[in-house]
Amino acid sequence: MIQVTINGATRQIPQHFNLSQLLEEMQLAGKRVAIERNGEIVPRSQYTAVELLHNDQLEIVVAVGGG
Amino acid sequence: MDNLVIAGQTYASRLLVGTGKYKDFDETRRAVDASGANIVTVAIRRTNLGQDASQPSLLDALPPSQFTYLPNTAGCYSADDAIRTLRLARELLDGHDLVKLEVLGDPNTLYPNVVETLRAAEVLVKDGFKVMVYTSDDPIIAKQLEEIGCVAVMPLASLIGSGMGILNPWNLQIIIDQAKVPVVVDAGVGTASDAAIAMELGCDAVLMNTAIAQAKDPVLMASAMRKAVEAGREAYLAGRMPKKIYTASPSSPTTGIIGSK
Repeated sequence: MIQVTINGATRQIPQHFNLSQLLEEMQLAGKRVAIERNGEIVPRSQYTAVELLHNDQLEIVVAVGGG
Repeated sequence: MDNLVIAGQTYASRLLVGTGKYKDFDETRRAVDASGANIVTVAIRRTNLGQDASQPSLLDALPPSQFTYLPNTAGCYSADDAIRTLRLARELLDGHDLVKLEVLGDPNTLYPNVVETLRAAEVLVKDGFKVMVYTSDDPIIAKQLEEIGCVAVMPLASLIGSGMGILNPWNLQIIIDQAKVPVVVDAGVGTASDAAIAMELGCDAVLMNTAIAQAKDPVLMASAMRKAVEAGREAYLAGRMPKKIYTASPSSPTTGIIGSK
């Protein structure tokens, strides 16, 4: 297992986990989200290709009501 | 047609509305429909970890195919956070680059931090964003934001969520007179007359959220705001009569009054 930080909270995930698998596990597959990894935007087309590394910092966001 | 044009895009409605503070998505949708708005602001927030993925989302209630989304940076207190938020928004909305920049300076008043706002605007414009920018009613800052390349300047009428109306029409007038990009009054509108006054001053549009969402009947207030913005715009275009004190000019004929000699 490796440790990553998602939206400020640490989480243990298996090694060689990619972003698509992470979204699947978080029940966010198919939802419209955007992801920043270590300060860089990850394009949606790259989710399967991007393998998570120990200590990765992720922000996963959605659109919500706001002014 | 007297349309609103922002960054080359044409919009029939001069009322822009927020989508926060509603009871549920159904009320949001009915209020937005009643307002007639084409442009709706949305916020970008972290997903709740472990949220129910079957719950409807804002994008289901207000499909981006039917409305122009204006992702905002509400809640950001630094240029860096605002820039990161809007880069996420652009990815989230498939490259959509029309955004609302707001960088706040104080949690009690939500007053904008214009120094950080200027800094963020420069980076975002260089990065290809079309930036509609929330700012104070300082004419110099508004001018600088325009010179940086913002596509609209959006001065406050009064504090966000205060409903205090237009506190400094003279500053707004200076901003309107000097601006070559659309001026949108953003924040502070409390009721329909406030929106009408903003439009009569010559603003190009009005952006509001709380005035509608926190009304007792949000859908009815949305309808009132639609009419107020239209009425204010027509009055502006019509050109009001000059104000005159003590130069009485009756509307009815001054001759032929019965009993006159």
